[in-house]
Amino acid sequence: MNWWAAPANLRERGVMGLNRRNLDYVSGYNDRGAYPLVDNKLLTKQLAAKAGIPMPALIYDLARQYEVEAVHSQLADLSKFVIKPAQGSGGRGILVIAGRDGEHFVKGNGERVGMGQIKRLLTNIISGLYSLGGRMDSAIVESLVNAHPMFNAMSVGGVPDIRVIVFQGYPVMAMLRLGTRASDGKANLHQGAVGVGLDVRTGQGVGAVQRDRTITHHPDSRERLDGIRIPNWPELLRLASRCFDVTRLGYLGCDIVIDAQAGPLLLEMNARPGLAIQIANGTGLDSRLRAVLARESFAPTVDERVAFALDGLGGAIG
Amino acid sequence: MERWSYVLASVLLAAVGLGVAMYRHADTGVPVLPDEDRVVWQIEARIELLATGVPTEVLLTLPPEQDGFLALSETGASPGFGFTVDQSGTQRRAHWTKRFATGEQVLFYQTDLIADPQHRVAPKPPGEVRKPSFDGPYATAAAEVLNALLPKATNAKTLADQLVQAANTRPLSQNLSLLLQGQAPAPLISSLLNQAGIAARTVKALRLDEGRRYQRLSDYVQVWHDGAWLLYDLGRGRIDDTAQLLLWQTDNPSVFDVVGGMRSRVTFSMTSQIRSALGLSRLRDSPFDLTLHGLPIAEQAMFKLILTLPVGALVVVLMRLLVGIRTAGTFMPVLIALSFLQTELLAGMIGLVLVVGAALLLRFYLSALNLLLVARIATLVVVVIALVTVLAVVSYRLGLISGLAITFFPMVILAWTVERMSILWEEEGAGEALIQGAGSLLVAVCAYLVMNLPLVRHLSFNYPELHLCVLAAILLLGRYTGYRLLELHRFRPLAKESS
Repeated sequence: MNWWAAPANLRERGVMGLNRRNLDYVSGYNDRGAYPLVDNKLLTKQLAAKAGIPMPALIYDLARQYEVEAVHSQLADLSKFVIKPAQGSGGRGILVIAGRDGEHFVKGNGERVGMGQIKRLLTNIISGLYSLGGRMDSAIVESLVNAHPMFNAMSVGGVPDIRVIVFQGYPVMAMLRLGTRASDGKANLHQGAVGVGLDVRTGQGVGAVQRDRTITHHPDSRERLDGIRIPNWPELLRLASRCFDVTRLGYLGCDIVIDAQAGPLLLEMNARPGLAIQIANGTGLDSRLRAVLARESFAPTVDERVAFALDGLGGAIG
Repeated sequence: MERWSYVLASVLLAAVGLGVAMYRHADTGVPVLPDEDRVVWQIEARIELLATGVPTEVLLTLPPEQDGFLALSETGASPGFGFTVDQSGTQRRAHWTKRFATGEQVLFYQTDLIADPQHRVAPKPPGEVRKPSFDGPYATAAAEVLNALLPKATNAKTLADQLVQAANTRPLSQNLSLLLQGQAPAPLISSLLNQAGIAARTVKALRLDEGRRYQRLSDYVQVWHDGAWLLYDLGRGRIDDTAQLLLWQTDNPSVFDVVGGMRSRVTFSMTSQIRSALGLSRLRDSPFDLTLHGLPIAEQAMFKLILTLPVGALVVVLMRLLVGIRTAGTFMPVLIALSFLQTELLAGMIGLVLVVGAALLLRFYLSALNLLLVARIATLVVVVIALVTVLAVVSYRLGLISGLAITFFPMVILAWTVERMSILWEEEGAGEALIQGAGSLLVAVCAYLVMNLPLVRHLSFNYPELHLCVLAAILLLGRYTGYRLLELHRFRPLAKESS
């Protein structure tokens, strides 16, 4: 393989670079005033609840030290939950509790955790240890997602999620993110998670990428990655598409998990979604974004926007 | 179209900058290229004293006319003080007086000298040599030192050569070490030569280094030989090339005298400019000198540095938007490059890596303490300063003077760098932290190389209006939506099919 691609070649294939994403799409279609809606998960949850977008249920949130002291009774009856900072980044400060062992809690990886440790984590979260710029933060206790069994053989560690790029309400590209041992089970592509490109028409796997390199098998489970097909695909796209109506962010990345019982749930949103999704899908974003822009009038309903995506974005996918 | 009007505005901005520069070039004749032949040194002596409330009088010995330097102008006016130049003595002296002064006083003497290797001054021959009086054990030691060397010496020059060499040989001979206990090296060598009947004297001179501030005069020895004064540096022997050395005090017994003040001291700042003789004469005539050359020299030296910053910023913009190198902190690399300009590149890089690396290790310990951000940064500032201090002391002990240059690094910037690197390390992993750290260093070195170009330094200071062109380039790059160079590599899997 060549070390360098010719710029004309990339342009022809509609590949979008960071400069173009930042200037033409992120600053062109995203209103800065709406960023807190996606950066603060508590605000996201309130917004989603109002609009009826399903998310992992908020059990409890706290922002003051005296609430930490009272957490004892709040957690007494819970055995499966996740604690995370509302404005955290990079997966820091997240604690996944998958069960109980008498007075103790058991983490996702089997480690036992005491109430003292949980209180210390909560104190750290609200004092801003994990938030950007060290601002005061709130801690969120939400219900644990049961990953869909179809992912059990494939992923290592945490729950895989599906990133959908939504442009002006149209789902234009999607990618499944699987944890690896290199990423410590996290579905974070920067840390070495696997991204599986998904055909936005069908939810069928089309290719995969790890650390910006194309792969065909999961590096740890050795499972083939091109046979994946996400169930309930139109429903998942509808969920993603509705995020635009709530946030009015024109260029948006929606992270969706599939719960074994509840189906697709919105996990979080991102106002500057990354570009590795293009490599996973083996194609550029630009032509799809232009296909959306070429629609004279934007379809008013979620169903029409999703139908346009399922139909192949007016021929832009092929 | 909106985009075109934007491009047009940027081009106009650049055209204005270029136009003003061209007009000024035509008007003042400031050369476009740095021209080594016409260096003008601006030297400023700054006298500080604490006046005691009585009539105050300050005398500063002025540099004599000498080879290689052509005096262009001098000023010594200081507010509240009467100023005259006293020509009556063996050497010219600046003379400030004030009837009543109290508190902190600062006096400036500023002179412009054209460096002109062709300029020669007939040397003033010495008077009769006065034999110094060594007493007691010193007399014996002096006699023995001279007796050992005199048979090998044929004239004043060879004797002086050997004497300076002997003073630099380690271990010192017993006689010399005894003599050095009683006298500083330069006066001792002069006295010994006088003892042998050779005309020699201790002089004070200023080393000329671009942009130096708060310098002191150093001792040198002059020896009269064959109708000329030879100059000796006690540490290095005879100096043939005196282009970087300005003799300040030769005949007078002292550099400066203060009456009616205490805690007085004199320091020197210098800066060099490159101007054509034509430009010089016009500037001298104009009553309003609105260029940066009108500022005090210490400030000029600062501006020479500051005015290279926009060029460094342009380099960062190029490297990030066109090449796609990731850096820790947006403009941290420019500040690092600025520090490299004052240290040397290699010494600066080694120092930087050492300090950041060590502080990073300590930062990992700090993260176990769970401190809040502000306290964390403050702790790191203290840690970084401690590390810099240790590094400076240790390297000085080891004889690496350049280790001292580490103090030029902006401490708070270093602390922030460490903090960012460690957050990156925790959030994105060691790989990403190393990539961004190396990227920052690479961009800093590139910025340094560009900012250090003689042409860039010359133009940015002498034609500051050209910064409008830099601004225009940055504005244009700010609207660049094409691929970054590294993206051509990153996205290559997407291009392979159609190639």
